[in-house]
Amino acid sequence: MKVLVAVKRVIDYNVKVRVKPDNTGVDLTNVKMAMNPFCEIAVEEAVRLKEKGVATEVVVVSIGPKAAQEQIRTALALGADRGIHVETDEEIQSLAAAKLLKAVVEKEQPKLVILGKQSIDTDNNQTGQMLAALCGYAQGTFASEVVVEGDKVNVTREIDGGLLTVALNLPAIVTTDLRLNEPRYASLPNIMKAKKKPLDTVSPADLGAEIAPRLTTLKVEAPAQRQAGIKVGSVAELVDKLKNEAKVI
Amino acid sequence: MSILVIADHDNKVLKPATLNVVAAAQKIGGDVHVLVAGADCGAVAEAASKVSGVAKVLHADNAAYGHFLAENLGLLVAELGKGYSHVLTSAGTTGKDFMPRVAALLDVAQISDIIRVDSADTFVRPIYAGNAIATVQSSDAIKVITVRPTGFDPVAAEGGSAAVESVGAAHDAGISSFVKEELAKSDRPELTSANIVVSGGRGMQNGDNFEMLYKVADKLGAAVGASRAAVDAGFVPNDMQVGQTGKIVAPQLYIAVGISGAIQHLAGMSDSKVIVAINKDEEAPIFQVADYGLVADLFEAVPQLEAELDKVL
Ligand SMILES: Cc1cc2nc3c(=O)[nH]c(=O)nc-3n(C[C@H](O)[C@H](O)[C@H](O)COP(=O)(O)OP(=O)(O)OC[C@H]3O[C@@H](n4cnc5c(N)ncnc54)[C@H](O)[C@@H]3O)c2cc1C
Ligand SMILES: Nc1ncnc2c1ncn2[C@@H]1O[C@H](COP(=O)(O)O)[C@@H](O)[C@H]1O
Repeated sequence: MKVLVAVKRVIDYNVKVRVKPDNTGVDLTNVKMAMNPFCEIAVEEAVRLKEKGVATEVVVVSIGPKAAQEQIRTALALGADRGIHVETDEEIQSLAAAKLLKAVVEKEQPKLVILGKQSIDTDNNQTGQMLAALCGYAQGTFASEVVVEGDKVNVTREIDGGLLTVALNLPAIVTTDLRLNEPRYASLPNIMKAKKKPLDTVSPADLGAEIAPRLTTLKVEAPAQRQAGIKVGSVAELVDKLKNEAKVI
Repeated sequence: MSILVIADHDNKVLKPATLNVVAAAQKIGGDVHVLVAGADCGAVAEAASKVSGVAKVLHADNAAYGHFLAENLGLLVAELGKGYSHVLTSAGTTGKDFMPRVAALLDVAQISDIIRVDSADTFVRPIYAGNAIATVQSSDAIKVITVRPTGFDPVAAEGGSAAVESVGAAHDAGISSFVKEELAKSDRPELTSANIVVSGGRGMQNGDNFEMLYKVADKLGAAVGASRAAVDAGFVPNDMQVGQTGKIVAPQLYIAVGISGAIQHLAGMSDSKVIVAINKDEEAPIFQVADYGLVADLFEAVPQLEAELDKVL
């Protein structure tokens, strides 16, 4: 079975984000970029499925500027077989990403598509679900366990109340949560090998998807800063402050 | 303009987050209708009809909606949503699951996790783990929105008397089914609506040590949360994770114990009214947001805290 994984290039999660002084966005110049952490988990899951003999081929796709090829190469170094780069410098919102991915799905016909549950830049948490709806597929979102059995996949999902397991007809869409697996690091030989793996580039126009943004960002501001408070000397002082000063207990 | 709010419930009770979403709907303005979709959920529809400011309740009762499978709910809400200018639900794991399907089926964007309404087409939402706050305007005919409950004061649960209309549409996509669920059982208040939250991090060292926090929480009537590190290490279950990719809380009092204060954690709790941090490392970033910081070993401080609370409560 073929597995398709969607990976997004985002700001590295360790970077301290700064809002631009003109409030048009956040400052991304000379900032370290990386694969979205949830996408790393998606790649790892696909590679493990291949190692278990469940998946036969792992194809990784990323939509974005030329530089997004770095994240595709990373996925190839982690064990994916082949890459597809949908190259564009336009702003791609989640609905547009889902439409482009749908076109890739139609072409590649994977049995399983794995995405991250959420991009850590937009914090949208939408693309996988939108892709599933556009394809008419079932979805297992926020997955902490994925078990393929015949023509079905059982997905255990992290939900507000605990865990919930669903059985989905294949082909299906899965989005990853933090506990699904712990991604490996790419070894140097694998990084070298990844350079020779196939990577195709296509344009949104080639895929025939409509990608115009539906949302306009009017401004981006820094959040209200919390004032650091005081240090208390003892637990007794703490309880006294909570009771008599803050009046919260 | 009329607005469809999809109720949050478990087929038995209406979840309080619905009251915050109705409040957001009122900020947009127009008639507010509430859809209660589930199986044998008549009591929830009844409760929704009493919510202040609700003009009409749509009650879709069908086995296909019983486990809130996104494939089925998505079809139902997309069909009903066509008649509205806005479709809203809370940004819990159910809403996050089905709502983007609704948006895609209606061919519109979804605006996730709004914390403010500026106008009928302009909304405010945190991005980059709350390190930036974006104001976004939608050009779509139907605005599909998930609402972060902590951004809106709830409307009253009582006082309304909306008519309940039953919806016959039975959408069963037939591509997914419920297998099982393991729900955390607790007599403590729900994390996202508790007035006081006590959270533990990696500093707790193991799950047994969380007993100390449960004791303090029970004295305070508090919920107990955790950092990702504590959940990943298996100390406590996933439903206790607070943060960018966990639950968002904004209680009157948040007590962080053995938590360093990574931005992803702060994203889930920095709107709390009063923050207390107990950490043995005085350089821990959590102290930068704490109103009251105690530099101490938690294994001494937490039992002391329990004893001190006994004196004053
Ligand atoms: C994509 C992504 C999403 C994430 N989402 C979340 C999220 O939703 N929520 C979240 O919390 N994190 C999240 N994280 C993880 C986050 O970056 C941090 O790794 C995590 O919050 C750290 O947890 P911690 O503070 O418990 O552990 P640590 O950072 O290890 O801190 C432990 C603290 O305990 C203190 N301590 C140790 N022993 C004692 C003692 N005896 N007495 C007192 N203090 C003690 C230490 O001084 C230290 O400050 C996410 C990360 C990524 C990449
Ligand atoms: N530009 C993109 N290229 C590839 N995958 C994407 C892109 N945008 C979103 N995705 C996928 O969708 C997931 C969720 O993204 P979002 O809905 O934006 O939070 C990500 O983790 C990726 O797997």
